[in-house]
Amino acid sequence: MSLVFKQETFRDDFTYRNSPANIRRFPFPFDRDEYMYSVNMEPHVKGRPGTVFENLIDVDEHYVSEMRDRALVLKEDPLRYQALPHMMSAQWDTLELLMEEQAAGYPEHFTLIRNGDQWRWINRPLGIDDTFTFGDPSTLPYEPLEYISRQTQGDICVVDQRDGNLWMDAGMVTTQADWSLDFDIGMNFMEWHGPVPLAHQIGVFDRALKFLLNLQLGKPVRRFNWTMTINPRLDTSPENYPKWGPDRTTVTPENVGEKVHLRVELQSLWRLPRSNAILFVIRCYLMNMEELVTVPKWARRFPRVLKTLPPELIDYKGLTRYRQTTIDWLEKFDDGAPTSPGFWPD
Amino acid sequence: MLVEGIKSRPVYRGLTLQRHARRHLFVLEGEGAHALLDQTDRLDETILSRSEILYVARGSQGKGHDQALQQLGADMFFTAPTIPTLLFRLKVSLSTAHMGTRLYIAGTEGFIGQAMMVALELGMDHASILTEHRGSLARRVQCVHCKGITDDVTQTPFTCSHCGLPLLVRDHYSRRLGAFQGVNIDAEEPGSAPEPEELFL
Repeated sequence: MSLVFKQETFRDDFTYRNSPANIRRFPFPFDRDEYMYSVNMEPHVKGRPGTVFENLIDVDEHYVSEMRDRALVLKEDPLRYQALPHMMSAQWDTLELLMEEQAAGYPEHFTLIRNGDQWRWINRPLGIDDTFTFGDPSTLPYEPLEYISRQTQGDICVVDQRDGNLWMDAGMVTTQADWSLDFDIGMNFMEWHGPVPLAHQIGVFDRALKFLLNLQLGKPVRRFNWTMTINPRLDTSPENYPKWGPDRTTVTPENVGEKVHLRVELQSLWRLPRSNAILFVIRCYLMNMEELVTVPKWARRFPRVLKTLPPELIDYKGLTRYRQTTIDWLEKFDDGAPTSPGFWPD
Repeated sequence: MLVEGIKSRPVYRGLTLQRHARRHLFVLEGEGAHALLDQTDRLDETILSRSEILYVARGSQGKGHDQALQQLGADMFFTAPTIPTLLFRLKVSLSTAHMGTRLYIAGTEGFIGQAMMVALELGMDHASILTEHRGSLARRVQCVHCKGITDDVTQTPFTCSHCGLPLLVRDHYSRRLGAFQGVNIDAEEPGSAPEPEELFL
């Protein structure tokens, strides 16, 4: 099925919606009726057509509008893109990987032509056709990482590996669930995860770090994370918290279906070939409750998950003000029937 | 109110003298002078002849720490009138330093953070720097919204000295900024900020 790119907004009038086909391929992250942190990593391999795993870098109907929203964020706050000076080789690694994956997955939209170090990149949805010298930043309009992450859905972090740790040393972060690259850049794995509750105590980060330090070239891994967002707003940054925080007080029983969104991060982690850094793609998917309940299995499961969340997670994810209203609304769609294992729709 | 137990919070392990060092650079603020003065008995002539002491009195003005430090008889001694003056001198001392130089920093957290930033910018590894927290618990805080930095914060929430938002001081710390993170506490319901608590005296 060929992609039709939607024109929509993630701010002001919030016209973002998922088409019925896009709802079916939404990466619903709960494979059972409850949730707790775990090192839920699995190989990032291709999956069935019609799912977000059809290609390893997923491009969907929101591509063009998401890229426009990213450009708007950067105009207001260019600090959302930063890279420490020693990360240039990792920047080129990232550009190569994201161009190759997108061109391989969507040849009708992206083309990469390599002739030695002379590369030509064609991005039809965004109307880009650039020729540049691989390895020479002066031949691109932006640094390589900024250039390619302005053309890739999802936040892009590039993590350096040294001293038995991982370091958040470069990134493009405009669709984040309330963390600041500007504040966290240069931190190690434990430090940048510092504010996350519960997970440190149960050893999740120790195990995750050990696992990632051994990540192999050509064998990317993935995991899900999730939270909830009021209105389809991609930029829920701490920087702009005073702009989006008040949205959380606007949820009523009448508008739950339209306003409350499940926000899923599909995180994929890739070892990079020259720099030995790790590319960390945090792809954000949004779906409102009206869309969610069109899949009966998810309509049953999601209120059950919300009801059994530990209090620390309710607080950390910022759900306190509207969780109960959302459960009340969703429960109309839960007939109590058992749900099948796994996250796919039945 | 305080978000506690966060892993990015620095640990200050104390100014343990590194006897094998070829040069010792002590950077001290206020009560941080005691981090060195308290171990005078361990300062032999070899160490002192290889030592440079930079000091800024700030809150300890008039307590005579500067004289006590001077009387140690280090190879070099400098009293700065303000932190920026001291940091400027530190930059010069470090940029002409040789291999085998050890950096020791003692004082309030905000001071340690700023001196550390100078060293990090010159390529020193943070793990090789010895630090000791002395004096007030006041924090240096970056407002995550306007990016302005407020020094000597003793309360949470406090009013950002730049944009005026009431900020919760989180225990999330950036070495690169030498500051804790301040986040608007009443963003969801403006005007609902709780009374400030003096937590960092």
